[in-house]
This record gives sequence, C-alpha cells and structure tokens, in this order.
Amino acid sequence: METKLYTITVFSENTVGLLGQITIIFTRRAINIETLSVSPSALKGIHKFTITIFATEDVVSKVVKQIDKRIDILKAYYNTDEDLVFQEIALYKVATDKLLEKGSMEDLIRRYHIRILEMNSDFVVLQKTGHYDETQHLFDELSETVGVLQFIRSGRVAITKSKVERLSDMLEGIQAKYGNL
Amino acid sequence: MENKKITGAHAFMQALVQEGVDTIFGYPGGAIMPVFDALYDYDKNINHILTRHEQGATHAAQGYARVSGKVGVCLVTSGPAATNAITGIGDAMLDSTPLVVITGQVGAALLGTDAFQEIDVVGITQPITKWAYQIRRAEDIAWAVARAFYIARSGRPGPVVLDFAKNAQIQEVEFDYKPCTFIRSYIPIPEVQPSQIEAAIALINGAKKPFALVGQGVVLANAEDELKAFLEKGNIPAAWTLLGASAMSTDFPLNKGFLGMHGNVAPNMKTNECDVLIAIGMRFDDRVTGDLKTYAKQAKIIHLDIDPAEIGKNVIPDAPVLGSAKDTLPALTAKLNDAKHPEWIASFEEYDKLEYDKVILREVYPESGEMTMGEVIHKISEATDNKAVLVTDVGQNQMMAARYFKYSKTRSLVTSGGLGTMGFGIPAAMGAKMGAPDRTVCMFSGDGGFQMTIQELGTIMQEQIGVKMIILNNHFLGMVRQWQEMFFEERYSFTEMLNPDFIAIAKAYRIDGTEVHKREELDAAIADMLKDDKPYLLVVNVEKKGMVFPMIPAGACVTNILLGD
Repeated sequence: METKLYTITVFSENTVGLLGQITIIFTRRAINIETLSVSPSALKGIHKFTITIFATEDVVSKVVKQIDKRIDILKAYYNTDEDLVFQEIALYKVATDKLLEKGSMEDLIRRYHIRILEMNSDFVVLQKTGHYDETQHLFDELSETVGVLQFIRSGRVAITKSKVERLSDMLEGIQAKYGNL
Repeated sequence: MENKKITGAHAFMQALVQEGVDTIFGYPGGAIMPVFDALYDYDKNINHILTRHEQGATHAAQGYARVSGKVGVCLVTSGPAATNAITGIGDAMLDSTPLVVITGQVGAALLGTDAFQEIDVVGITQPITKWAYQIRRAEDIAWAVARAFYIARSGRPGPVVLDFAKNAQIQEVEFDYKPCTFIRSYIPIPEVQPSQIEAAIALINGAKKPFALVGQGVVLANAEDELKAFLEKGNIPAAWTLLGASAMSTDFPLNKGFLGMHGNVAPNMKTNECDVLIAIGMRFDDRVTGDLKTYAKQAKIIHLDIDPAEIGKNVIPDAPVLGSAKDTLPALTAKLNDAKHPEWIASFEEYDKLEYDKVILREVYPESGEMTMGEVIHKISEATDNKAVLVTDVGQNQMMAARYFKYSKTRSLVTSGGLGTMGFGIPAAMGAKMGAPDRTVCMFSGDGGFQMTIQELGTIMQEQIGVKMIILNNHFLGMVRQWQEMFFEERYSFTEMLNPDFIAIAKAYRIDGTEVHKREELDAAIADMLKDDKPYLLVVNVEKKGMVFPMIPAGACVTNILLGD
C-alpha cells in the first residue's frame, strides 16, 4: 500500500505524561515521527498535538484509534495535505559579513518573503514561513552562497479545510449525553 | 460538618472501602509502609493476602477478578516490587482484566534522583495499562482512587496503576469521597447505532450458513443469557475463543467447540465455509485466525465489540457493531428472523467424528500405554460434575485443559491467554478460590510453569486456600518440545527438566498430595484430592512426549489442521 505523509491532530487534557503515551504508540510500531508540535488549544486546559508521519492509510488509521483510546485523549484524527492549510516556520543564522559580501539583500527578501529578526555586526537571523520545500529551498540557497551558521525548523501547524465539529461542541455533547448519569 | 483531617494512608484505606474492596493481594516494603500501617486498622473490612512474590499478587488479583467480576486489587512497594508486578499488569492488559495495582513510591521531593528503590513506574506501565497515575499530594487521593476503579472496571476493563508517593501517604488531608462516574475524554460504552444494527441484521437474516465466534466480551458484559437468546432464535452455531470458554455451557446444543491453533476441527474448518461470520466480543487474535490472508474470505463479517480500536485491527468487518454485547445482542435478537439451518448445523458432525476418531479417542480414552494429559483432565472434570473453576498455567497443560475440561457455569476458565504467562497457574488459582470460595478450583500446570511461582505454596499454606493443584508432569517444557519435534528436527534444545520431588515440597508447606505413576491409581487419587476443601497437590506422571493435536501451525491457514496421524 502507498505510503504518504499524514498529519495527525490530537486534543488532550493537559496532564503529565501525555506526550509519552502518544509517542510510545508510534515507537511500538517502529514509525518515525517527522514533525511534532504541541501547544495549548483555544480551549482552556486542552492541549493540541500536531504530528506528521509517513505511513499507509491502514497504519495511520489504526495508530489514531490507539491514540484516541487513551483515557486522557479527547479526540484524535488524521488528514492528508489536501485536507489542510498548514505552515512551518524556519530560522536561519548567517554571518553578517558574508551576507553583505553577497550584496543584494533586497532580491533575497523579495523572492523568499524573509523577515529579519536580528542583525548585528556578527550575524543576522532570518525568518521564513512556508511549507517544508520552501524553507528547505532557502536553506539550500543560503548554504551554497553564504553558509548557514545555525538553522531550526518548527513542526507543522495545521488547520482543516473541511467543516469539522468544533471540539467545544463535541465536549458539550458528551457532557449532556453521559455526564449526568 | 467539617471533615476531620486524616493521613493520606488512612484516606486511601477509606477510599478502598468506599469502592467495595474486601480483598487485597500484596506485599509490604519501605515506600508503602504508611499504607500497610493504616491497613492494620482495617482488618475488619479488608482481607489482605500476603503473597510470596509481587508477581503472585498480581496473578492472584487477576484470578480473583476473572471469577468474581470485581476489580482485583494489589498493594506493593516501590522499585523491585513494582517491576515484579509488571508481568501481571501486562497480562491483565492483554486479557482485559480489571485490576488496580497500587505501588509505593519515594517521596515527591526525591522523584527523579535515583533514590533507593525508586523506579519510573508510571513510565514503565503506561504502555501496558489503561491508566497509570502518580499520586504526589494527599489531596489527590480520593480523586485518583475513584478514577482508577471507574477506569479499571468500565467499558473494556483493564489494569490501572496508582503510584503512591510516600509523602502523600503521610500528609494529612480532609477526606471527602465521591465515586467517579464520568470522564469527558473517555466513553466506556459506545451507544448502539441503529444503522449498524440494521446493516448487521440484514446480513444475518440473509445467511444460509451463519456462524458465531464468542469471545470474553460476552462474559465481561455479563451477556451470557443474551448470547443464548440470540443464538437460539437464529439457530446459529457458535464456537468460543480461549477466553470465551464457559460463556456457553459445554452441553449447549449450538456450542460447536473451541477455536484456534489447538481448537476443534469443525469450528476452524467452518470458519472458512460459513457465509456470515458473527464475531462477538473477540479480537481476531493470531492464535485464532492463523493467516489473515486466507481467513474467512468467503464470508461477510460482522464484528461486535465495545472497543473501537478493535474494529478493523486484524479483520476488516463488512458490518461493525460498536457497543456492549449486553446492548447489541438484544438489539440484534429483536430483529432476528427465526431460522433453521439443519443441514448446515449437521455438517459440523463429520469433522467432530474425524477429530474424535483421530485425536480424542487416543488422548482421552487410552486403554494402554502411559497416561495422557487429556485423560487426567477429563477424569477430573467429570469428578467435579463439570462444575469446577478451571485454572491453567501455560503450554500443553493449558491447551489440553481448555479442550477437555467441560463447562457448566460462566466464568469457569481462568487462563493467561494473550500474554501466555508461565507461572500464572498457582497464584491465579489462589485468587480464583478467594473470589469464588464456594466453588471447587482445579489448577492444571506443567512441571515447568509450576516451578516459576512455586513459592506461592507458602501463601496457600498460610491462608489455607483450598485449591486443587494438578501437575501434568512430563519432565519437559512440553509445548516447546512439541514445536522442536515438529519444526526443529527434534533438536530438544533445553526443554528437558530434572524435577524435584514435588510431593516432598508440598509436604514441606504442609500441603497434602499424591503422586500417580500408573493409570490404575488415578481414580483413587482424584477422589482423595476432591474429598474436602483443603489445598492439595496431585502429581500425575504423563507420557513424556505427548502432543497437543489438532494443531494449526503458526501463521498457517485456519483449515490447515494437523491431526498427528
């Protein structure tokens, strides 16, 4: 079966050890996590994990069920890139003198929509947002031309295009149906 | 009224009493001493059984839970006690047994410092529990205990670990207990979906050759009567998985036997002949299905399960039915057409006769030669009027016992199915007897497994737990030897055992026993064993190179059945 990149979204209670509970589900099946991003969600006390993996749909669907089964997980689902609006952010540290030697900062900034976060006599920190290919392309160009002193790329963050049930509505539904037994 | 402050350890005891706990299997030690000190004041409410090893405590709690339907409770200290408990916790996870295992832990201030007897219990147990939680403050005790019992017993049951830091045992706290009935991120029993019932019933009502597979889910849901009503109305033949044994009584006419690697011929063959396969509370384990690529491909498959993660895990159903068997079976029965399939049901007989002639006759009714496991098990089952609780260890003894014991009541087989834990037998039998004191408990073990937890004879002695232990002694690790004979060119690599005098060991523990060498001595020894309700060890020296047949080799098609002829 075809392997492709899937984005798994997980909503959980903010309890100790949740990340471990999720990652061991991948470890047990020898699946590499490509990117991982964790942050508080729009709802107080609920955290959101965005995880990308290369897998077949059969594998990703089973993994998501196993994640959803954990007690403190509120909801887990998976999508392909076509279903999502997604973004990553990358930071590049380059030597100021090298960058100036090359000349024409303007060209670079226009082509890549770069932001400059910090500049001093030693180094410049550039920021670029985009898909993996886009941030990688800038990395490749800088590496070839001026050299990159440090580089960091974030995990993916993603929002679904489809109209999905809002988590807050889902929680209210569960509370109404099961909470007053 | 303002609550008086009590220590965390006392709060913990009160929480256990509130949850209805009356039996604990445990072993004290440094990091759990305040709780054991509090337990000293609760001897009227709680019967604590001191096992001889923490693994024994967990298996005993499993045996207790499996026969009684209640949550099994273990209380052990930190570090090595917790790691000793791991086998039982993992076993309970794979076999969906409700356990609450409480481990002591070093004080919160010492966590992460490699303190004496500190180990990362939550980290170790997270993959093999439904829930693992560390109690670091006395204020969390009531909440955590309530949640632990709710999670362990609800939905698909399983083990829960509470890692109890010592400072929280000592701290004083106002105690206010509320049972847990709801966790917003956890839906234990999915609601029955009418559309799924409709889709499933359309297939069943259209079936000419329906066949049901019965798993432990039926027992866990207490849905034995609902199962019977369903099968009888639709006249549907049914077979059982190892953990589904005794969900139907052996003499129930539609009970067509045991599934899987060492199961009966007919139900395995019929799996690949039926037109609609109805799996009820079972998980299509590889020991049941063999090669999935050739498994029931001709059939429409209906899968009833409480756990959404089981749907499509191994076999993709045409009609999944989520929910408790207690709800889904009656919903199906209500729309089920009365049906008769006389030819289909009669067609099982030819395979039954084949198995009887080729396997059962020589295994259960041998007239000469050495004694066989099958005849011993058969005789003991009959001698208990088929009413005993069967507990097994793992290996040939387990498969033979599951095959040849007969069941007349539910919750009559306690065995380590998923994990296949050798050493399970003795402690699980102790727990089973504690959980069903009015029933006879017969535990079959090999000579190998018996020696893995043999120290629990000490517990049996101290508590006078009336278990009937039978060693089917072939001086071999029999199942491994069988595989070596069949698949490894008879290279018997480290499977032959020089055994101690088991009766002398039992005598040292002041447990009565008899060793049987000849067939003529067997009936009298069984009668002696069953004459009262005291612990007893019966050692039966059986043929050294006995084989469990039928056998479907691992990973082979379910119809590729070896009869050993």
